[in-house]
Amino acid sequence: MTLFVGQLRREFIVMFQSLEEVANPLVFLFLGITLFALATGGGPDVLADYAPAIIWVLVLLANLLSLEGMFRRDYEDGTLEQLVLLARPGFVPVLAKVAAHWLFSGLAMTLLVPFAALLLYLPTSALFTLLMTLLAGTPALSLIGAVGAALTVGLRRGGVLLALLVLPLYVPILIFGAGAVLQQMGGMESHAQIYWLGVISVVSLTVTPFAVQAALKIGLEQ
Amino acid sequence: MGLRELWHRLGSPRWFYTMSRNWPWIFGGLAMALLLTGTLWGLAFAPPDYQQGNSFRIMYVHVPTSMIAQSAYIVMGVAGFMLLVWRMKLADMVLATVVPFGMSMTALSLFTGAVWGRPSWGTWWEWDARTTSMLVLLFLYFGLYALRQAIPRQETAGRACAVLALLGMINIPIIKYSVDWWLTLHQSASFTLTEAPAMPISMWFPLLLNVLGIYCLFGATLSSRLRLEILKREASTQWTRDIILGGRL
Repeated sequence: MTLFVGQLRREFIVMFQSLEEVANPLVFLFLGITLFALATGGGPDVLADYAPAIIWVLVLLANLLSLEGMFRRDYEDGTLEQLVLLARPGFVPVLAKVAAHWLFSGLAMTLLVPFAALLLYLPTSALFTLLMTLLAGTPALSLIGAVGAALTVGLRRGGVLLALLVLPLYVPILIFGAGAVLQQMGGMESHAQIYWLGVISVVSLTVTPFAVQAALKIGLEQ
Repeated sequence: MGLRELWHRLGSPRWFYTMSRNWPWIFGGLAMALLLTGTLWGLAFAPPDYQQGNSFRIMYVHVPTSMIAQSAYIVMGVAGFMLLVWRMKLADMVLATVVPFGMSMTALSLFTGAVWGRPSWGTWWEWDARTTSMLVLLFLYFGLYALRQAIPRQETAGRACAVLALLGMINIPIIKYSVDWWLTLHQSASFTLTEAPAMPISMWFPLLLNVLGIYCLFGATLSSRLRLEILKREASTQWTRDIILGGRL
């Protein structure tokens, strides 16, 4: 537990020292929304129909952008090696890193999404559902993404590869997330999908830390 | 030979190499016979469908390729597990050799599906549950292939792919379920056609032959590619030199 808290504190310090790195994906989210609005012509009815899709896809992509930095810095200065070698049990610092990543990307995006929803004319009745899907789904994004980030940590051109590895695994989260909001907008219940997102997050929480640990060990070999 | 002994021997590429000497021929021969009979029978002699006419015949390619595409992924997942837990060299080689085969079969399945979809659904592409999850499967194969290409060290690449294959295998049922659910939301009207009518035996039997044939083809390509991979990776050992230079198989 102290290991977890210590690692988390360290992540916080690092993140606060490089706030622009944290902010860039969030800016990307809004930039993407602007591009969609410009490309569709900005009509309220068109945008409202596609708002759940646009927001969820951009959340996935923004999350993907922030993934690369998850282990990069620690890999470059050698901290990662020490963490993998020394920490017992080894998945605890991994979990702390993922938690920090989620706080600064998933949670931060969830907090900013009401503004995005406003820009895209999402009906207010569906806003709560959108926030719930993001809260339930984004932890899984960070967890599954961490495996991809760990697998590509030692590679020089990891960016596109990371997207290719991770995005297919994000498919269920996207479907349930955007689907729940659409269903809510259509006047139907959407609890089932939110529960499913929760299930995916919990399953990811139990499985992926070990996969990340294994992947980091593999990645550090090269 | 006991199971335990077999298990230990699986760890030795050399043992597998000598053991599998005739496998490509046996499986290849069986595959040839089954696929030729099945395809000829299916294309020329099976009765036309009362609804779809002759266009249903693409089923004789489409169904086997779809089945083998999924089976190949399962084989990869199992090999990945064996590699991570027992560090079996052979499992790594299986992992490496299955990817191109599985990838091409998935692509073929999607292609034949599109060709079949044109006459029966009136569209090349339909975002239906099965086509969508097949497409995601193709992307998973691409990811595995790209990851192996990107990592220079072979051993590292193998284990990285194993982690990814395992994660993908856990994810596949979730992807399937979510896509099924997504479809019910869309309520696609054309879906009813994909529910195959109960086939008469004269249509079903050639299909069975082709399915068995493609599994034999999988066995043949897998074993011959494995043997090649073993020779490549063990090129520095004495026994491979003996075999190659001595001209023995």
